[in-house]
Amino acid sequence: MFFPISGAHISPIYLAVIGFFIGILGGFFGVGGSFIAGPALRAVGLDWNFAVGTDLAHIVGKSVVAAKRHRALGNVDLKLGLIMAFGTIGGAEVGAQLIQMLKRAGNVNLVVSVVSIAVYLSISTFMIWESRKTLSQTRLPSGTVKGAKAKHDPSAFKHVTSGIQRLRIPPMITLPASGVTISLWIILLVAFVGGLFSGFLGGGAGYIRMPSMVYVLGIPTHLAVGTDLFEIIISASYGTFSHAIKGNVDILIALVMHTGAALGAQIGAISTQYFAGPKIRLAFVPLPLIGAVIVIYTLMTGHKL
Amino acid sequence: MKKETAKTLRAFLIELVIYAVLVVGYFFLVLHFLGEWLHHLETRHRYTYGGVAILLIIGQAVVLENVTTLLLRLLRGRSE
Repeated sequence: MFFPISGAHISPIYLAVIGFFIGILGGFFGVGGSFIAGPALRAVGLDWNFAVGTDLAHIVGKSVVAAKRHRALGNVDLKLGLIMAFGTIGGAEVGAQLIQMLKRAGNVNLVVSVVSIAVYLSISTFMIWESRKTLSQTRLPSGTVKGAKAKHDPSAFKHVTSGIQRLRIPPMITLPASGVTISLWIILLVAFVGGLFSGFLGGGAGYIRMPSMVYVLGIPTHLAVGTDLFEIIISASYGTFSHAIKGNVDILIALVMHTGAALGAQIGAISTQYFAGPKIRLAFVPLPLIGAVIVIYTLMTGHKL
Repeated sequence: MKKETAKTLRAFLIELVIYAVLVVGYFFLVLHFLGEWLHHLETRHRYTYGGVAILLIIGQAVVLENVTTLLLRLLRGRSE
């Protein structure tokens, strides 16, 4: 099928199937899935700039579906999501400026690649350590569990999270939906760092924000997934508009991709009810690793996936 | 438990088929009626295009979420 905006010929079935799989990941883990969508769009000949912008547009739609479903399951903290959106947008702008500075210095590719590999590997290593330790220390119900039991969310890192929550830097914000009271500045800092990586490394940076919400802010995993998706709607919409006015969005491709993603996101979101927090975190571990492998491949071969 | 899983799987497969038919029809409608207009907007009025792009993707998300929820409800209701 011919898409006149980007001038690309792509099978709509391919787009819907890719969208479906990324939708499942997004609904289950609260991530945008750019590390798969970007290479998948590039693989069928879409220019890199269109792959980035179009992926962001499709992320908006997928996040609407998944966040709506998570909201019905009681997994969205609207207040937290709205506050985080400000920090994320600010961070994304600073990240984009950093990229421009590195471009002028002439070593953007190497710096971004090394930073991203270090970040991805650190997240995976930490999460595998924490979730395995938590699972070995806690008795979780065996087999599949549904509802409140599945939301039981112990963490081996809880003592550090509690210490962060005790930092009384006014104004303090109470988040009744998450059962947390924490300084506004810490929330903004977490969102800013997520946005910074989003602007610096590309994509939605859910691989950083979702774990940060759990380990730094102390948000239960299910709520972190749902709230991250809600927050992504706002920040990805901003990113989509910004890319669209630069001519980097083929909305027709995003709409076709989203037909598969809408179904996948629902399945992913519903599936979270059957898993306890530490199990979701353990299953999350391969995602940043896939990101790291893609960057290492790009560094070694010179082909940008 | 196994019977329930089989029921859910069957409902999901039926949903997938109905959904696929709806989506194929939708592809042709959107690409046929909106393709040229969006292309024109993208080349001439970038700011309008940016706004329309966001409205379209959010609108589609809301409609598809309602369609899948309705299909799931209808099929679950029938299989029980």
